[in-house]
Amino acid sequence: MEAHFWWVIGGVLFVLLNTAAGLIWLERRMLALWQDRYGPNRAGPLGLFIVLADTIKLFFKEDWIPPFSDKVVFVFAPAVVVASVLMSFAVIPFGPNILVADWNIGLLFFLAMSSLGVYSIVLGGWASNNKYALLGAMRGASQMISYEVFMGLALMGVVLLSGSFNLREIVEAQRGMWYIIPQFLGFVIFLIAGVAETHRLPFDIPEAESELVAGFHAEYSGMKFGMFFIGEYLGVTLVSSMIVTLYFGGWLGPAFLPGVIWFVIKTFVFISLFILLRASMPRPRYDQLMEYGWKVLFPLSLLNLLVTAAVKLILTDNLK
Amino acid sequence: MGPAFYIAGAVAILSTLMVITRFNIMHALLYFIVSLLSIAVIFYLYGAPFMAALEVIVYAGAIMVLIIFFVMMLNLGPQTAGDEARWLTPRIWIGPSILCLVLLAELVYLILQPAGTAGDVITVDPKAVGMSLFGPYILAVELAGMLLMAGIVGAYHLGRQKKKIVHRFLERTSDV
Repeated sequence: MEAHFWWVIGGVLFVLLNTAAGLIWLERRMLALWQDRYGPNRAGPLGLFIVLADTIKLFFKEDWIPPFSDKVVFVFAPAVVVASVLMSFAVIPFGPNILVADWNIGLLFFLAMSSLGVYSIVLGGWASNNKYALLGAMRGASQMISYEVFMGLALMGVVLLSGSFNLREIVEAQRGMWYIIPQFLGFVIFLIAGVAETHRLPFDIPEAESELVAGFHAEYSGMKFGMFFIGEYLGVTLVSSMIVTLYFGGWLGPAFLPGVIWFVIKTFVFISLFILLRASMPRPRYDQLMEYGWKVLFPLSLLNLLVTAAVKLILTDNLK
Repeated sequence: MGPAFYIAGAVAILSTLMVITRFNIMHALLYFIVSLLSIAVIFYLYGAPFMAALEVIVYAGAIMVLIIFFVMMLNLGPQTAGDEARWLTPRIWIGPSILCLVLLAELVYLILQPAGTAGDVITVDPKAVGMSLFGPYILAVELAGMLLMAGIVGAYHLGRQKKKIVHRFLERTSDV
């Protein structure tokens, strides 16, 4: 059991970090496909070595710490995002037996880690001591705090139906029907909030390059910038796998493929959806984003919670 | 309780001391986050995983972010470190420290008492927390809800103002 456990941790870390790196290639190729161009296609088969080239480039760039920055916090900030996202993966069941931490607070742990992830933006922007970075950080903080609220509320529908915060039990409870059907509204809200949490386009307002230079990571270079980059791709992977776990039956699927393969396939579908969103959606204005969140998504998620609770109550009363 | 408790406790005490003694407010807040996280670990060790998760989500993840947000808006930090250094004189901190020492002495006295009933760790799962919140403690939950409602109404009242949007194309007045 012990040996199995360490293999799982090592395997999950290995696969995740490679996925995050591989997404550099996948995203650029798919964006190119949707925008009618070739994308990186020269280095290696299908341009796959662009990952290697990008990584080497990042490592060889000058790692500049601005003299006007708060040095300790400046160095600390990029690590927070990667650490918090990687910790969240501990509670996700990748397959019937592939799970790092079988906790009865799994879902809450995911929410906690995603709320700690805010600090990397906030601290990075603040420590840079640069007005664009500060503006980006403030936008990031308010955006992520607001969208976390609906994210949590949307998830409560799933918790109500399955009666557990444990992600393994949530997957098991979806044997009869995936929660995408009874919780469609919750799924849509979670998807939108997930895009905002990972501050991907169209909600990449903290780093909006056309107005804020590069937002919170304007002063970062070299591998510190690379950490933000990897953190973003890991975040995309995390939200995709959470969507799969909560609404699309996790590793459940027809028996001709093992569970973990189903999980990977489903997750990649959602990662592709994230990339398609980037390729196709315009960026909203900052106040539009906040207004949309508080005036549309927040009442909707409350409504979803209320209706789900009422239906569940009626059904259990009928069963008695 | 084993080494995990002592490590978490030591981290909590050290980081709280650092919160008080840092002159740069941002560094103080960072240490405060560490302190909250270590307290969450202690909650987890004492069989309250739900409380631990809420501690991280609510205190470390939401309230501290808001405080940091305001620190950024007010542009505190290294600029005000000098003020802080001037304010933290013995004349300021000696009174609170004496009071804290009294509390510490009391705590040590209580720990040294022989009657130790706290031995078994009973794990309280999220369902049990919900049952007690919406069972015997329903009145407290309702009261807290009303208090929060009052806060929201107050915030709305303070933030409400006639807003004039001055723009070539968007010339109109509206109240937000």
